[in-house]
Amino acid sequence: MTRAFRAVGKSARKLDGRGLVTGRATYTDDIMLPGMLQGAVLRSPHAHARIRAIDTRAAKAMPGVHAVLTWQDVPRIPFTTAGQGHPEPSSYDAFILDRKVRFVGDRVAAVAAETAPQAQAALAAISVDYEILPAVFTPQAARQPGAPVVHDEPEAMTPLPLPYEPQRNLVARVEMQLGDVARGLAGADHVAAAEFSSHYAAHCALERHSAVTWLDADGRLVIRCSTQVPFHVRRIVARALNLPVGSIRVIKPRLGGGFGGKQEIIIEDLCAALTLATRRPVRMVLTRAEQFMCARTRHPQEVRLRSGVKRDGTITALELQVLMNSGAYGTHGLTVLCNSGNKVLPLYQCANVRYVGETAYTNLPVGGAYRGYGATQSAFAVGVQLDELAQAIGMDTAAFLRRNTLRSGQGSEIFRALGEGKAGVAQAIGSCGLAECLDQVLAASGWPEKRAAYLAEQKTSARHKRGIGITTLMQGSSIPEVDMAAASLKLNDDGSFNLLMGATDLGTGADTVLSQIAAEELGVAVERIIPYSSDTDLTPFDVGAYASSTTYLSGGAVQKAARQVRGQILAAAARMLGVAAETLTLSDGIVRGGGKSLALAEVAQYTLYTQDQHQIAAHASHITHQSPPPFAAHVAEIELDTMTGRITVLHYVSATDCGTAINPALAQGQVEGAVLNGISFALNEEYLFSAGGRMRNASFSWYRIPGARDLPRLTTILVPTYEESGPCGAKSVSEIGINGALPVISNAVWCACGLRLRHAPFTPERVWRALRQPSAG
Amino acid sequence: MTARRKPATRHRARAGRTAAGLSPAGTRATLAPPALRITCSVNGWHQEFTIAPNDLLLDVLRRAGFTGVKEGCREAECGSCTVLVDGVPVTACYYPAARAAGKVITTIEGLERDGQLQRLQESFLDAGAVQCGFCTPGMILAAHALLAHVPQPTDEEIRTALDGNLCRCTGYVKILAAVHAAAGRKA
Repeated sequence: MTRAFRAVGKSARKLDGRGLVTGRATYTDDIMLPGMLQGAVLRSPHAHARIRAIDTRAAKAMPGVHAVLTWQDVPRIPFTTAGQGHPEPSSYDAFILDRKVRFVGDRVAAVAAETAPQAQAALAAISVDYEILPAVFTPQAARQPGAPVVHDEPEAMTPLPLPYEPQRNLVARVEMQLGDVARGLAGADHVAAAEFSSHYAAHCALERHSAVTWLDADGRLVIRCSTQVPFHVRRIVARALNLPVGSIRVIKPRLGGGFGGKQEIIIEDLCAALTLATRRPVRMVLTRAEQFMCARTRHPQEVRLRSGVKRDGTITALELQVLMNSGAYGTHGLTVLCNSGNKVLPLYQCANVRYVGETAYTNLPVGGAYRGYGATQSAFAVGVQLDELAQAIGMDTAAFLRRNTLRSGQGSEIFRALGEGKAGVAQAIGSCGLAECLDQVLAASGWPEKRAAYLAEQKTSARHKRGIGITTLMQGSSIPEVDMAAASLKLNDDGSFNLLMGATDLGTGADTVLSQIAAEELGVAVERIIPYSSDTDLTPFDVGAYASSTTYLSGGAVQKAARQVRGQILAAAARMLGVAAETLTLSDGIVRGGGKSLALAEVAQYTLYTQDQHQIAAHASHITHQSPPPFAAHVAEIELDTMTGRITVLHYVSATDCGTAINPALAQGQVEGAVLNGISFALNEEYLFSAGGRMRNASFSWYRIPGARDLPRLTTILVPTYEESGPCGAKSVSEIGINGALPVISNAVWCACGLRLRHAPFTPERVWRALRQPSAG
Repeated sequence: MTARRKPATRHRARAGRTAAGLSPAGTRATLAPPALRITCSVNGWHQEFTIAPNDLLLDVLRRAGFTGVKEGCREAECGSCTVLVDGVPVTACYYPAARAAGKVITTIEGLERDGQLQRLQESFLDAGAVQCGFCTPGMILAAHALLAHVPQPTDEEIRTALDGNLCRCTGYVKILAAVHAAAGRKA
């Protein structure tokens, strides 16, 4: 189903690559403005407290200090820090500064001083009298009657009519039912039921949240920041500071990674408030410890899953119940919860499905968007339990998955029943390469032989045991009938094109990928495209880089704009050549037809300077009515040291159907990065808390992320399909790869020794304990 | 801020010829609070910096406009601020600026020569080894120091040399491939 392309499907060099390898690319923090002040934030040492009094006089009197802000100095307007469509499916429960703190690391006050040491000294000079309140650290405890209420302020509300009960610490609730689960379970030959848990984790983009804010010559507020959502930043900061949207300009320079963490307003509002207070440029960059404690995290989930299967392999029921910890603010709580259902359950053919999710406030760090977005947590439970069902009926798990997963042309009622904060959009699957993904991972991993060999050894008491596990995955491509992207494109004198996009390249290579789509439509080399993203004053709107949307959604806008520009070029060329536009072609930068030809530069010169003068340009907007899932199959082969509990991944094989890979090297890079992040999340990364709710390992020294030596053997396969609804046949690829590691490693451990690991992460200590007390697994 | 760039004696950073880990310790600058002046070579150019005794090399270089030196953690864990001091990769966030007196320093900005990229830079681009690019300067410098010392490294040697440079985007696969490719082309 692949098509012949010129610019698409090639592993073109990143168009911004030269600046990145020479150190010349400028990120947010790589500029210095005259008179720029250093911003810093006083953080709460308590998990839950009310500020009785706060004395800033000493701090204000210190040398170099230009402003000290507390809750008394900023507007009290509730907003959400989550960057999503408007009105947001989120609770408005945050203030720029508040007189209550809700987790260790919450904002108390902000300082702007001439130097960073002066700012730190000023923070130390602020005296705060806290009334310490009882705190609550688990969603179970938070939902008990009489639990401390994290958000007791009267302003807390949701702009959309959603189930939100802050007095009961309920951030959101989701329920969906298809068929009759009780009947499905009753009709099963085997029923499995178990509890799973997954944990807090950090994105660890190497660039920390950074912002530089200033007032331009006309008094407008400029926010240069490391964000995935510049247009949402503009709107949310406008709300928080009670400014018109038009008085704010948000500039997104090069970005040092995001992974969802930068789909959130973490410092932009506060940095802007300091600029408004001082009329000076202010720079604010989180410390790495703040990045762990005060930015956003993956939501921990407690998952209960029940399912039934018939001997012939039919799944008769799936019942998923999720209790999620939102932390101290609501942010993405509802939509992550929705995705725990709608990015996992539709993959499996089952007539009786029930999903109930609840998410609660606690006095712990704040959950947010994190690559995988809820699917990571529930794909763990579902992936493990399906392995268990297959085992119970004596069917090979790979065959079981092949039998039960979605195919091209099929739909799932779940797509319609469960959207993001509202009902979803019905869709039938267009492209689906999952069967081939399965073929490829089985072959590349040596599944049939290894699975049989390791199962035969499962009950032996060797110290080092090997196992192999498998799972299947899906994600989405943008949020249908919610998200919008726009792009504009214009022709320059020499036949090059400026491509201006609201789409936000956060390091993924989106600028290059989208330029390849434009180049394909225009019939020019990708180097002729000059991409620019994103600046709310210069580029058209785009919701931003999230929900696996950029290639699919923003790519759709770019494709439309390019088609319009192509039409204008051919029309102008037709007039120049005196032939009908329909007889002309455009390729390799040359318009040809009727035995004549014109270089693009000639068309540009003609239209800009000579006759019928006009700017050849177009802008286009794009929304979608579907969210075609990418699909993947993952296999991990592991070795377990039963004496130490240490799991070593020997070989990790993934095959991903992302439709047309616009830039295969970049698409592979997305999968490889996601897979390694997933493995590290499964085996190692976790937040450790003190009894008082303080993160104890807020440093790369104690929260280890993998280095080059930790990389296991990865085999990354892309399975080409052609998604008719996508630009040049593309779907998404960025998130799906992170969801496989938890289930495949757990399944591989079961294969190795018969132990089901259901509580992550699988650290040596946890595995060691589980091996000695299997019920704890 | 205080650095003056002048095209003095262009004693270029001799990163390519100094064995990693074998450079002399160098002379310690005398600390003279509140400010002291040091001179060193940065990317082949004579540089004079006015620094405070507790200034870190990272901050001094960034203030002087070498913003290719990235700050990712300020705890000598992520390697984004890697520069070469007498050819040896160091984390500039833990390296006292005063200690740089008299040393030959190479930042990422120093690898490009007259608009020409070095092989490693080319191979990073060709292999797709750059995503967000924030780790890239440190990663390339660490690899550069390795190849200067070990022109044909094994996979294990590359991984060890890069182990102090964290990358969250790529999963390292294409970074390792890029270093292998650069080494191969050198042969």
